[in-house]
Formats: sequence, C-alpha cells, structure tokens
Amino acid sequence: MKILVAVKRVLDYNVKARVNSEGTGIDLANVKMSMNPFDEIAVEEALRIKEAGKADEVIAVSMGVSQSQETIRTALAMGADRGILVETDAELQPLAVAKLLAAIAAREEPGLVIVGKQAIDDDSNQTGQMFAALMDWPQATFASSVEIDGEQMKISREVDGGMESLSMSLPALITTDLRLNEPRYAKLPNIMKAKKKPLDVMSPEDLEVDISSRLKTLKVEEPEQRKAGEIVGSVAELVDKLKNEAKVI
Amino acid sequence: MGYQAPVKDMLFVLNHLSGMEQISQLPGYEDATPDIVSAVLEEAGKFAAEVLWPLNYPGDQEGAKWAADGVTTVDGWRDAYKQFSEQGWGSLAFSPEYGGQGMPGALGAAVQEMWHSSNMAFGLCPLLTQGAVDAIESHASDALKDAYLEKMISGEWTGTMNLTEPQAGSDLAAVRATAEPAGDHYLVKGQKIFITYGDHDMTDNIIHLVLARTPDSPPGVKGISLFVVPKFLLDANGQPAQRNDVRAASIEHKLGIHASPTCVMSFGDNDGAVGYLVGEENRGLMYMFTMMNSARLAVGIEGYAVGETAYQRALEFARERKQGPVMLGGADADQTIVNHPDVRRMLMMMRAQIEVARVLAYDCAAAFDMGARHPDDELRARFDRRGALLTPVVKGWSTEVGVEICSLGVQIHGGMGFIEETGAAQHLRDVRITPIYEGTTGIQAKDLVGRKTQFDGGQGLEELLVDLQITADALEESTDPLCVMARQPLADAITMISAAGKQIVAEENPVLAAAVANDYLMMMGYSLGSWAMARSLLALEKQDDEDFAAAKRTVARFYFDIVAPKANACYHAVKNARAEHYELAAGML
Repeated sequence: MKILVAVKRVLDYNVKARVNSEGTGIDLANVKMSMNPFDEIAVEEALRIKEAGKADEVIAVSMGVSQSQETIRTALAMGADRGILVETDAELQPLAVAKLLAAIAAREEPGLVIVGKQAIDDDSNQTGQMFAALMDWPQATFASSVEIDGEQMKISREVDGGMESLSMSLPALITTDLRLNEPRYAKLPNIMKAKKKPLDVMSPEDLEVDISSRLKTLKVEEPEQRKAGEIVGSVAELVDKLKNEAKVI
Repeated sequence: MGYQAPVKDMLFVLNHLSGMEQISQLPGYEDATPDIVSAVLEEAGKFAAEVLWPLNYPGDQEGAKWAADGVTTVDGWRDAYKQFSEQGWGSLAFSPEYGGQGMPGALGAAVQEMWHSSNMAFGLCPLLTQGAVDAIESHASDALKDAYLEKMISGEWTGTMNLTEPQAGSDLAAVRATAEPAGDHYLVKGQKIFITYGDHDMTDNIIHLVLARTPDSPPGVKGISLFVVPKFLLDANGQPAQRNDVRAASIEHKLGIHASPTCVMSFGDNDGAVGYLVGEENRGLMYMFTMMNSARLAVGIEGYAVGETAYQRALEFARERKQGPVMLGGADADQTIVNHPDVRRMLMMMRAQIEVARVLAYDCAAAFDMGARHPDDELRARFDRRGALLTPVVKGWSTEVGVEICSLGVQIHGGMGFIEETGAAQHLRDVRITPIYEGTTGIQAKDLVGRKTQFDGGQGLEELLVDLQITADALEESTDPLCVMARQPLADAITMISAAGKQIVAEENPVLAAAVANDYLMMMGYSLGSWAMARSLLALEKQDDEDFAAAKRTVARFYFDIVAPKANACYHAVKNARAEHYELAAGML
C-alpha cells in the first residue's frame, strides 16, 4: 500500500505573523518558513504505519512555489520515500489543492491519504474534506489514533465532549489532530540521504486541473488588541456587570 | 524565553564570508552543498531549541551527582544524550570510514555553536568525545581504531581527555602518572583531575585518553606517552565486559557548568588500569599538540556561543521591562528599557562582538578544512598557517569577549540579573571557564606571540595582511557610504597589526614579548573584527533580505565606531610596554 501525505510550506510557528502594508495578506518576505506542524504529524503517522509493515511507500506531496521543495525534503529527511511538487506561483485555495491532490491520487492509487487537519497560516480546515468528497472516499477528520487492520481502519477522533470511534474501509482519508503523535526529528544521515531521493516536479497544467480561485480576499487586518481586564469587588458585582454591561447572561 | 539558533546569520557567514562554496568543491566534501548545509542547520537548531535548551537551567540547578559507584547526570540528560547520538549529531564531521558523515569542520563549528548556546554543560560531552576520536583516528593503530572508533563516532560510547594532574596544569612536563608494560598492554596508575565527563551514566562505556610515563622514559615533555583506557574492557566480540581499574574519586563543585561532571579520576587503585599505547612511546604530548588547535577552536566557539544566549535573554527582558520614560523609538515607542540608549548600547555591544566572533570562528574552521583537503600543497600549508594563527585569537579573544557579553547580559537585567532564578547569571558563571580551560588566555597570547608570530618570522601574519588589503581594496572600489566609512577602521587595523607584528618579531627581550602578549592578542581580535565587519558589508550585496542587510549595516557601523577603537587602546599598550613595569619586587606587590 502507498500512503500519500500532503505537506504545506507555511510561516514558521515561532514567527509572529504581520499583515503586509497593502492589507492583502501576511508579509512573507524573508521570514522563516517551515512545514505546517499538523503535516509533520501526518508524515510521522505515515512513517509509523510503514514501519509497522502496513505500507510499502510514503509519498510526500506539496503544492506551491518552488521553495516548497525544501518542505518536501524535510519530509524525505524524516523518512518519506519520494516527493511530488506541483509547482505554481498562483494562490492555491483549498478546493484547488483538493483537486490537485485528487489528480495525484488518481495516478498514484494510494491506499491512504493523510493530511493535517488545517494549515496554521489560513486555518481553512477544508482540503481533506473536499478531497474525500471528490474521491468519494470515507474520511476521518481530527484523528487522534489510527489502527490499520488489513483493508479496515479504526480511528479515534476528538469531538466536542469526548472521543468518537470510527471504522472504515480503505482507501480513505485521514486529517491529523495535534495529539495523534509526536513527530520525530530528522536524523543527520537521513538529512543527507534526502537529497538523493526522487522528487518529481509538475505543474497544475500537467495534471489538467483548474486552480482558479473561487474566493476573493477583501482585506486582511490585525485582530483587535485585547483590552485590559477589571478586578471586581464581589460576586454580586460580577453578575451585575455580566448582565448589564457585557450582556452575556 | 527560549534559545533560537541564529540560522540566518550562520548561513550568511558560512556561505558568503567563510567560503563554504570552495569547501564543498574539495574532495570528500561534495555533499556540503548549500541546501544540505541549510537543512542540517535548521534541524540542529530545532534539536538545540527543543531538546537541549529546556535542560539548561534545570541542569545548572540540579548539577551532576557523585557516589562511590559512579556519577549520575541530571534528570533528562540520559534521554537527551540518547536522542543526540541516535540522530547522528555526534558523527557530523567524522570520517565516513568509521560511520561518520564526513561533513566539513566549518559546518561542524556552526552546529557546535548551537549545542553550546543551548546547553554548554551538555555540549561538553560530545566535545570531549571529539577530542578522543581525533587522537585515536590520527595516531592509534588500526586495531585500536577498529575496536573503538565506530562506537565513539556513533556516540554509543563517549571519550575523555586525561591530561591534568594536581601539579601538572598548564605545564604538562610535570605529569607523574605511570604506565608499566604488561604483555600486549600497559598497567596505568595515577590520579588525573578536571576530567570532563570522566564518569557518567549515559553510555555503556567511556573511553579515556590518558597521558602517562613509561619506565625509564626521559624526564619532561619528551617522556610522556598516550594511552587508551576504557572504563570497561572489551570481550572477544568487542562488547564492554570486565570493569577496568579506573574510577571517579569525586567531582568538583564549580562556579558554572554544574551539569557537566568534572571528575577526579583514579587509575590503578588496585592492580593497575589496563591501557593500550597510542602510537609510539614518548610521543604522547606531540600527539596532543596535533589536536590542540581543534580543541581550542571549539572552546573559542563556546565563548561567544554562550554570549549569544545571554544576548537573546537580555533582549527579551529589555523588550518587556518597563522602567522610566524612554528616549528611543519615536512618539508611540514601547515604554520598555530596550528604548533606553544605554541599554541599547549594551545590547549592540553584545551583538556586534558576537557577530564578528562568529566570523572569526567559522573562518578558522574553514581554513583547517581547506588546509586538510585542498589539492595544492602550497595552499594547504598556507591555509593551515591561517587556521593556526586564528586559533589563539578565537580561543583567547572570543572567550574574553564572551565573559564581557554575559556580564552585560546580567547588567541589562538590573537587580534581577543578580537573582539566580532569572537565568542570566548562569550564562556568566558558565562562560567564565572558557578563558581558562584548554589553555588560559595567557597561554593563547604566548602562543600567538611565540609560535604564531615570532617563530614563523611573521609569515602567517603577512599572508593575513595581504587578505586584509584585498578587502581594503574592495572597499576603495565601493561607493556605498558605509563601505567608504569602513575604509579608515580597516586601514587602522592593517597599520596596527603590521606595526605590532614587526615589533614582536624584532623583540629580543623575552620578558617584554611576554608582557605585550595579552594586549597584542586582544588588539588582534578587535582588529580582525573590523575586517569581519568590512567583509560582511561587502557581502551584503549577495543576499536579498532587506531586514537582515539593514540590521547588519547598523551593527557594522556600531562596531566600527564604538568597538573597533578598543583595538587602538590595546595597540598603545603594546607600544608602551616597558621593562620598568616589572621592576617592583614580587614581595612589594
């Protein structure tokens, strides 16, 4: 079985995001970029499934500017076998990504596709779901444990108020939640080997996918600064304020 | 607060100043391409920040513990070391023949900087293993190499260097430990002190490199031999089996690096510790000298590396601490002390010196890479001379400056800096050993004056001046106002190094040569700092990060105006040295 993992190049989680001067997006000039942390979890899970003997190959897929190759190399250094980059300078919205991923899945015929539940840059949380719909595959989002048994898979997922257990047949899609696993560090020898692993670069045209945007960004602004709190003298005063000032109870 | 590896500056220095591109064209270093170098630094930075840094403060507070049956490292150390070796970090710059990754020392220097910045007490363990591996690889028989190297390079076993004895510190001629031949091995007896990671609980075996005298050996430095003494003797399958007659008798209570066990080692309490001769008898000290440069370079890196962390911590504090109305930053400035001119001065002082110390360290490592692998005999010798000349400057200057930087870090914290809980004090306590061990600053200064200036008739110095002049010429061609401004400090550097060098080559009074040594060394550091900054300015054209360039330019200007004049003060001290300064009898002091 092949596992396809999607990895996105995003603003590093340590970097404070700043809105660009035109107010059209986040300023990405010369800031540190890294693999989306949820995608690291996806790569880790795929590698663990392979190491347990339940998959033969892990393919890391990324889409976007040519520097996304670095993100794929990171996945290869962690242990993925080969990479595919769909290279484009155009803005890619979740539907376009899902379609491109579906086109690759049609070629590669993976038994399992794992993606992060969302990317920490735009927090869309859509790609996995759209991909499963396009493929007409079962899906398990926000997975916090994955168990594969032959053609079947058992998933626990975090939902409001507890855990939900699902079982589904392969091929299927999983989106990863934070507690699924703790991604490994790349070993030094693997960083060196990653360079020699195959990495195919193709374009959206090669895959005959229409990537045109369906959504238009009107404006991007910094969130409002949090206002200072207030110390109240008594429970009665608190209740009064919540009722009459904040009007929340 | 968390340490973040300054990967951007490291890459800038490696790629644009220290010649990583030329190094990657040397035979055996073909893998050191820009993408690999950057991937290695990113991943090492992650490990330093996420695994080593969180152990730094607890390590200082808890400290290593001694008991009669051995030394216990700080909670978390064992696991961190296991990860460190499993991920292959110990093997970075070692020979692929024994499982190393064969990467250049210049990249190794940058990675080492991260270990020492994030956790110097931890970083010392692989540093000492590196010394022991170098000694075995360069001088031991194939049998010893086959038995020990692979597991030391992988990090499965660690190594130590056992040189110092109570009466033999800087003067190793006084070594008294003995080694009696006994068939295919020797029996080693004696006590060694200040042995870093002499015992610990992180690995199955520890391989000690020990200086000792064989029977009838000549007195002094010409009668010292080098031995491999494993903690556990190996069985027929090469696995640790029988306990050797060596133990840690105690550990020291120190000013800093509390988590690094500094052991008193006792060899041969019973029948004698089984040791295997490295190379030939009576050549031990010479073998040690061949590794001296790399060990000294590594300690020089420690000096500014700890300074880097002190800087990051002080900067974070200064950006948060509110105190008094500020003068910098305009009308809507944050009212934090980072906007006080004097605090800003201290931060700039720290940063400017860290940045040039980084350049000198990577330059030195790169020179040794070129010296080891360049196909041209003459160039190899020239690069080796350069590395040898820079070594005492990196070791001496960067550690002295490192102490000053960490002290400024405490100062910026005000009263809180004096409180241990803040963490700033630990950096100052930790870094304080760096101007002392692996040859004190005094020893470095003596080396710079003697071996590196007088004995080669100023050849290494002249070659260095040629390179400084090349940079000066490039500044002449540039119309960038800052490059124009840099001409004077670089011209001053050339004048001072040239004049002081000539004075020292011509100095016939050994007392005076010794008297000027320290100021000569410091003058060299500050002057070469101007050179480093000038080259940085010129190299900014090659990269497109505007914020990085703007910051580097401001730091460079600060360096030329405020730091570089210290070179002039040192130069005058060199010029003013007089025998009269030493006339006061010792009893009158």
